[in-house]
Amino acid sequence: MTTAEEHKSNGIGKDLAIYACLLALAGLQFVIAYQNIDAPQMFMRMLVVAVVEAGLAAMFFMHLGAEKRGFLLFVAVFTIFVLLTLQYGWTDSYRMVTGAPFSK
Amino acid sequence: MSQTDLTMEGHSTGLTVGPAFSFPTKKLAMWLFIIADTMTFAACLIAYGFLRNGTANWPRPFHSITNVALMTFILLTSSLTMLFGLRSAWAGDKAGAFRWIMITASLGIVFALLHIREWIGLIGEGMTLFKNPWGTGLFGASFFSITGLHLTHVTCGVIALIAVGVRYKGGRYNADDIEVLGLYWHFVDLVWMFVVPLVYLLNLAH
Repeated sequence: MTTAEEHKSNGIGKDLAIYACLLALAGLQFVIAYQNIDAPQMFMRMLVVAVVEAGLAAMFFMHLGAEKRGFLLFVAVFTIFVLLTLQYGWTDSYRMVTGAPFSK
Repeated sequence: MSQTDLTMEGHSTGLTVGPAFSFPTKKLAMWLFIIADTMTFAACLIAYGFLRNGTANWPRPFHSITNVALMTFILLTSSLTMLFGLRSAWAGDKAGAFRWIMITASLGIVFALLHIREWIGLIGEGMTLFKNPWGTGLFGASFFSITGLHLTHVTCGVIALIAVGVRYKGGRYNADDIEVLGLYWHFVDLVWMFVVPLVYLLNLAH
């Protein structure tokens, strides 16, 4: 039996378990929102939880984990590379806050 | 047999036997769309983060998490019902698959209505694309852009769910089409997992 066929034959128990995990993680984000911590720390914690949630949804709900390894690598490497290249503007965003060094 | 005949025959065989790249073509197309759409949403959210980080008087207008928590619950549940629909389709239970797909579409409609109700509430408090009573006007532009883009995806998803569900019931589509549609619906859910913390929870009024 191939990986895809194994995935199809799995019952709804696994779906329900992933759903419960996603609900719990979503709830955790709401708990973090009411923690008495500064915004950057809160942002990082929420982002980590969101990435874990997205990973679970992609691997199990979207069945990426049951696809061929080559395709999984293609999606992961391509997506992560472009997401990382989108981060180039943050230094400029911080410069807007601090006004340094170019505005002085 | 000429070289042209050989080439044409080979070409024809390549198009009709087996999916391209040993991967179902429709599914590959949907994954490519999802990757492209990921870039769109990522660009919007990063631009939003850029603005929020660089603006001193960023508004924190949200006093309650009830609405957004309910919306999150509904969207996550709709992903589960979509999976149930797909499993029914894989099992050959056409009526069951159609029922679950329609339940998913209904949950999508409820999500959209809650979203619109929230928008109307914020507009009633004086928030527009360019100004709001709490701080920089950039908040309205970024909030409506990101949530509006997501709401557009949900609306398109609901239409697609109904259209594909009806055609599946009529025998024109099969379980593979349900799976491809499910990929889109789960992606909409996945995006919401980032929209909620960045746009809502980080802007809670404490």
